[in-house]
Amino acid sequence: MARPDASEFAAPAPPPHGGWTEHEVELLLGRLLQVGVALAAAVVLAGGAMYLVRHGGARPHYGTFVGEPEELRSVTGILHAVAAMRGRAIIQLGLLLLIATPVARVAFSLVAFLRERDRAYVLITSFVLALLLVSLAGIGG
Amino acid sequence: MTILLFSLLVALGSFTAGLLGALTGLGGGVVIVPLLTLGFGIDFRYAVGASLVAVIATSSGAAAAYVREGYTNVRVGMLLEMATTVGALLGAYLAGVVSTSALAIVFGLVLLYSAYASSRPRPEHLVGTPDPLARRLRLDDSFPTSAGEQAYHVQRVPLGFALMTAAGTLSGLLGIGSGAVKVLAMDQAMCLPFKVSTTTSNFMIGVTAAASAGVYLSRGYIDPGLAMPVVLGVLGGAMLGARILTRTRSARLRTLFVVVILALGAEMIYNGATGRI
Repeated sequence: MARPDASEFAAPAPPPHGGWTEHEVELLLGRLLQVGVALAAAVVLAGGAMYLVRHGGARPHYGTFVGEPEELRSVTGILHAVAAMRGRAIIQLGLLLLIATPVARVAFSLVAFLRERDRAYVLITSFVLALLLVSLAGIGG
Repeated sequence: MTILLFSLLVALGSFTAGLLGALTGLGGGVVIVPLLTLGFGIDFRYAVGASLVAVIATSSGAAAAYVREGYTNVRVGMLLEMATTVGALLGAYLAGVVSTSALAIVFGLVLLYSAYASSRPRPEHLVGTPDPLARRLRLDDSFPTSAGEQAYHVQRVPLGFALMTAAGTLSGLLGIGSGAVKVLAMDQAMCLPFKVSTTTSNFMIGVTAAASAGVYLSRGYIDPGLAMPVVLGVLGGAMLGARILTRTRSARLRTLFVVVILALGAEMIYNGATGRI
């Protein structure tokens, strides 16, 4: 399948079945990933700066595993701690955004395959999305 | 050592890993866990948690650029993500029941295999005849070359699918991208062109890692204070590496990095076998 270059992209051929062209999907996918990672990195950086200013002088303890406190293990816990402006919780929120980025990418792919009426790939993508959501349901509470 | 100094050193080490990973095309994720455990004496579980989120960041960042260039085969990626996500969940489950010493030994073996696989020549196995299953799944595509679009035919889908399940399991177990196993599945079994297998494998890493990240987060393995310098460092290094890459590609640097991976692999196995990890 020929891929249009930048100049052809200005006047795309009518996409099949009213879906997006392959190139449009690729551009949107790329943008989605880029924005997700940039946003997550910015939030991690902001939370990190706050954490280092407040706790930079303390000593780290990563030699023995104790596990994170309950509030940093679930979405609602993290959001509560973010509301209290806790630096570590803001970093964790950034990490949640990072984890959500590929999930959003799969959700977007599902929409693209739906618009293409590609039934096999609608099923395949739904399976992956469902699996991701089931795995993330563990931190939903 | 204070948290400030610790964070700076971890960020610097992660930056170097991300830079070398991007410059050599081997990915920086595989050296993050050895760096944190052997270099900083961090518990294996915290190290894997931080590595996992760093892997999501670098792969999604790189995939954003690749997918727009038209090399990534989104259908192959989606199909194989069924295999890698199931594997990743299995791996994340196993990581909670297997001892860290055993995990360190498996990690060492994966490092040794990665070094071996990347020092071997990588012949292209393009096949001219279509495969019925691949055709039914509409996996065949084309990729841009200097001589225009070149079509390719995907082969041996079931074998590739099985290997990708194993790659996903290793990813969930060890918090890595498992690039070396994915290359085996996509180059050798499915006969995809290099550029397509590399970029499609990278495209899948984020989704694979996200499948196990939920499990790691709920188990309390993901520490924000540690993940912050690791994620930002690796991401910065990988971005700089991708920018330099267009100008230079050093074979000597690649050899050096392979030697580093070999040494880390041996040390991980030694530490696992003697119960230090």
